[in-house]
Amino acid sequence: MQRRLMILALLAALAVSGAALWTLNRSVPVANPSVNIGGPFRLVDHHAKPVTEADFRGRHMLVFFGYTYCPDVCPTAMQTVSEALDMLGKEAGNIRPVFISVDPDRDTPDVLKDFVANFHPSLTGLTGTPEQIKEVANAFRVYFGKVKPEGAEADEYLMNHTAGVYLMGPDGKFLTLFSHNVPPEDMAAKIKKLL
Amino acid sequence: MKTRVFLVAALMLAALSLSPKTFAADITVSDAWARATPPKAKSAAAYLGLKNNSGEADQLIAVKSAIAKKTQIHRTSMENGIMKMGRVEGIDVPAGGMAMLKPGGHHVMFMGLKQQLKEGSHFPLTLVFAKAGEVTAMVKVMKPGGMGHHHHH
Repeated sequence: MQRRLMILALLAALAVSGAALWTLNRSVPVANPSVNIGGPFRLVDHHAKPVTEADFRGRHMLVFFGYTYCPDVCPTAMQTVSEALDMLGKEAGNIRPVFISVDPDRDTPDVLKDFVANFHPSLTGLTGTPEQIKEVANAFRVYFGKVKPEGAEADEYLMNHTAGVYLMGPDGKFLTLFSHNVPPEDMAAKIKKLL
Repeated sequence: MKTRVFLVAALMLAALSLSPKTFAADITVSDAWARATPPKAKSAAAYLGLKNNSGEADQLIAVKSAIAKKTQIHRTSMENGIMKMGRVEGIDVPAGGMAMLKPGGHHVMFMGLKQQLKEGSHFPLTLVFAKAGEVTAMVKVMKPGGMGHHHHH
């Protein structure tokens, strides 16, 4: 009898940990979810002003890594962020939406300035040297790499990249990761809960 | 009275010839739209729906436009949270069926954009099909980052 109970308990424990692992894998598609996401960075904003992570403390940060040449997923994700912020109304004032370029060769502050203006007034575009971008991408466990479609010229390359939206706390700690295709109302509702 | 009848008939004819839908065409294009771009943007994407009215499977094999140096059929795919984008050979449009080009999936990719796409404007896009041949559609430029008319605010 006791043995049967033990087996049952063991099975239950397995089921719970399995479910937990499954949830983690779904919400945080990184190699090791226990690894810290985020960290210090030195970049320049779309006004060419140098910034560090310290400039963003005190408010939540909504971070997306992308590139302005990207015509499909990046603008769609930025539109989702913009709509979620509009839905949050006043509370959006506690959030700094940030677009970090994984394509510093083409994304100069000037290019970013045009890009962010197309979406939301509170959106900040960040770029840097290739080394600085590599550093910040590593800190966020973001993968990126150049690809050239067949027949494209040297400046017409595309970037493969991790395409989630990170919500970071006012202390810079990772809170959650949204999929690039999350509906804006879901994003707004979850942010509201975590603010 | 006769003049009025004539006028009505003339108007109807004019309306028919102006209608964006080509009658009895094998392929019908619906809701073609593109996102408005910043002034100096070098790329853009367009989305649309394709309906094959014929009893034979067809394939979109090329796209042509005057707004960019290169116009290609691309597809975005996600693998483990990583977004990949690349050129595809074509998009199948099954007999009597549909194919959708939409954000996060298949799209028409404009590389080396020659002009800014301004909200509310239109531009022609020629779609080349293996069987139906060339079909030209007018693409409507929507709000930046917009999701087309299927998206409700």
